[in-house]
Amino acid sequence: MTKRLFKALATSAILGLGATTAATAAECIAPANPGGGWDFTCRQIGKIMYDIGAVEKPIQVTNMAGAGGGLAFTHVVSERNDDADLIVAASSATSTRLAQNAYAGMTADQVRFVGAIGADPGVIVVAADSPYQSLNDLIEAVKADPGGIAFAGGSAVGGFDHLKPLMILQRAGVEDVKAVKYIGVDGGADAITQTVGGFTQAMSGDMSEIVGFLKSGDVRAIAVLTEERVPGFEDIPTAKEQGIDVVAVNWRGLYVPKGISDDDFQKWADRLQQVADSDEWKEAMAANGLAPFTKVGNDFQSYVDGVVSEIRALSKEIGVIQ
Amino acid sequence: MELFSNLAIGFDIALSPYTLMLAVIGCFIGTIIGALPGLGPSNGVAILIPLTFTMGLDATSALVLMTSVYYGAMYGGRISSILLNIPGDEPALMTTLDGYPMAKAGRAGDALVLSGVASFVGAFLATVGLMLLAPMLAQVAFLFGPAEYFALYLLAFATLGGMASNNQAKAAIASCIGLGIAMIGVDNNSGLPRLTGGNMHLFDGIDFLVAIVGLFAIAEVFFFIESHGKNTSIGVKLEKVTIPVKDIMASGWTMLRSSVVGFIAGVLPGAGASLGSFLAYMSEKSIAGEKGGFGTGVPRGIAAPEAGNNAAAGGALVPMLTLGVPGSGTTAVLLALLMTLNITPGPMLFTERPEVVWGLIASLLIANFVLLLMNVPMVKIFVKVLSVPPWVLLPGVTMISFVGIYSLSGSYFDLLLMVGFGVLGYVLRKLDVPTVPIILGILLGGHMEDALRRAMVLSNGDWTFLFSSGISITLWIIAVVGFVAPMFLRNILKKPQRITD
Repeated sequence: MTKRLFKALATSAILGLGATTAATAAECIAPANPGGGWDFTCRQIGKIMYDIGAVEKPIQVTNMAGAGGGLAFTHVVSERNDDADLIVAASSATSTRLAQNAYAGMTADQVRFVGAIGADPGVIVVAADSPYQSLNDLIEAVKADPGGIAFAGGSAVGGFDHLKPLMILQRAGVEDVKAVKYIGVDGGADAITQTVGGFTQAMSGDMSEIVGFLKSGDVRAIAVLTEERVPGFEDIPTAKEQGIDVVAVNWRGLYVPKGISDDDFQKWADRLQQVADSDEWKEAMAANGLAPFTKVGNDFQSYVDGVVSEIRALSKEIGVIQ
Repeated sequence: MELFSNLAIGFDIALSPYTLMLAVIGCFIGTIIGALPGLGPSNGVAILIPLTFTMGLDATSALVLMTSVYYGAMYGGRISSILLNIPGDEPALMTTLDGYPMAKAGRAGDALVLSGVASFVGAFLATVGLMLLAPMLAQVAFLFGPAEYFALYLLAFATLGGMASNNQAKAAIASCIGLGIAMIGVDNNSGLPRLTGGNMHLFDGIDFLVAIVGLFAIAEVFFFIESHGKNTSIGVKLEKVTIPVKDIMASGWTMLRSSVVGFIAGVLPGAGASLGSFLAYMSEKSIAGEKGGFGTGVPRGIAAPEAGNNAAAGGALVPMLTLGVPGSGTTAVLLALLMTLNITPGPMLFTERPEVVWGLIASLLIANFVLLLMNVPMVKIFVKVLSVPPWVLLPGVTMISFVGIYSLSGSYFDLLLMVGFGVLGYVLRKLDVPTVPIILGILLGGHMEDALRRAMVLSNGDWTFLFSSGISITLWIIAVVGFVAPMFLRNILKKPQRITD
């Protein structure tokens, strides 16, 4: 009997081990379930930091899904405000939600954005057999019949993937942007299958989400939302060169608690810079369709502040928030 | 011929002693993870991902280890379903319906062996299907738009009514409760929170695992306390394990049919293993008719969901590898692992990284045989973990449930919610309301609503859009027949059986 009990306890102890955190190792919170971009950020950056010796112990990744990152944000602000061993994965989605006040009153200045080391360029794609050859073809079609074009994207209504086509159409002079249909599905790949299947006319997403489908020839990218054409994808024209001045990239980066010292803040910024300079990260970026986008330290903080106020203004204009 | 040379590459990688060892370890850990309530395959795999980094595994080895854990967990889920009437994970839910009654009738060993064999058949056929058909099947995903998905989920709900309980109204109430719970959270189509009471913890809705563990495991604890441990249903004795050749033979066709149904459900992104085992069970039940005795502990009622959910597990790898669209929660985690290893799944994976794909397929085949060996002759080892006396086991299960649920999001709120579900489960069982339809409502309701809402956005609210393709019309017809037929047949046939004791 006691032997059996011991076995049961031992089993649970072994299983429990995986979940507990070593006391001294740094922790990276991925504010989503395993599988998404935030999880990738934590795991990849954490792994490289350890591999290149920027940290002494492997970084423990914790998944804290909830409220589109809001739960983790609240947790950091209210319970871990001075934890110098904590980093949290963030992206454009974080700043979008902060701008739209989707974190129940939390604001961007309650944490410190420490840096971004890569960005996923926004793209607009259509199915390979679509009649729309350029961004302007698509815009003309929307002007002719705003309800006739539907976009699919991996974020919910009002999210970054939804804002991208709205920004484009607004700059192009479409009056009734609210009439344009958008469905939010579970991730970019799913959005592509809906578009290739002909259920929606175009897909709004990130470069990383479409790489495989571009190579296989299922989709055609009609615009990339960057300043310059993306290395490796030189045949995709930017929206800018097609006369629509919209730049929207999904940066991948980190924030840290507000209450840590400037030294600690700088320490993480330096570590992030080290990762950005490493060959491992360059390899990871290439494999995942990320473009170089390195902004660390205070430089990045002011970038985020700018983006937040821009998105807030835009969201109000197009009616996503009041 | 190309297939064989590809397979040769795969086995070349998978058969090295080191990889083989990883497969065996993965299968063992996976089975335990699956068997423990609260630790489903997806969080099991997620917890183990850091391990692959610490061990410095290369892409193929890491993938072999993780998919062995995945397949192992799909096998293991049935163990606690059968012995404790607590599903080890979501897809094992349907296995409780016949597995537990059979175990109570003193045939726990038979049930475990039979379900082990069914799991093997399902997983094996699915792996073969993955191997032969993956690039072709990827096209199926393009045929399913919102209208088709809605019809598919509707089909599942239409057959729910005929599913169980001696009181249809109670089953209907239970599924409505489930649907109501599924509505909680941020609405994907407007971005606005619903029924959350402003509580951020509810923004993402309620995790199925929280509901399952609460309704089954925690409710069991309350019953245990009430009866002071007497007459507890927990802890079925397992005597000698023999191979029930007759039962296995008799359910051969069931396993084959269920594997096909499960595999197809797995291939469809967004359907997954739970729907696979559910549809497999329901289709077998309707084939068997009321005389089949489904719900009373018949072999076919165990073989069907187990073959179905394991086939779906293999099927779910198809869209993940070929499209980068995860077909289930666990494949979403595997997708993350692949991306971290700098492998981008998608249409080009089969041509660009053949060693990864075929190494994976070969190791799945190997893992399957390892699991068959582990789960049939050696099933006693796993059972021992669960066969301690109830007064020891139950607190143990509870403790593991708490750890498992806490690991989901690292928030105590989920624990409170789980206890809440336990109270709900206790009350409902007192009222003789079945809890299985509640879980199915939570599991499928959200997806069904999303599909409907998307269809309405695309069609400007024109409901005829729902019948606009051949696939959706076919699914609607099956759904309507599945819903109406039992009503007319009821007078002719005997009273339906109860699903739980």
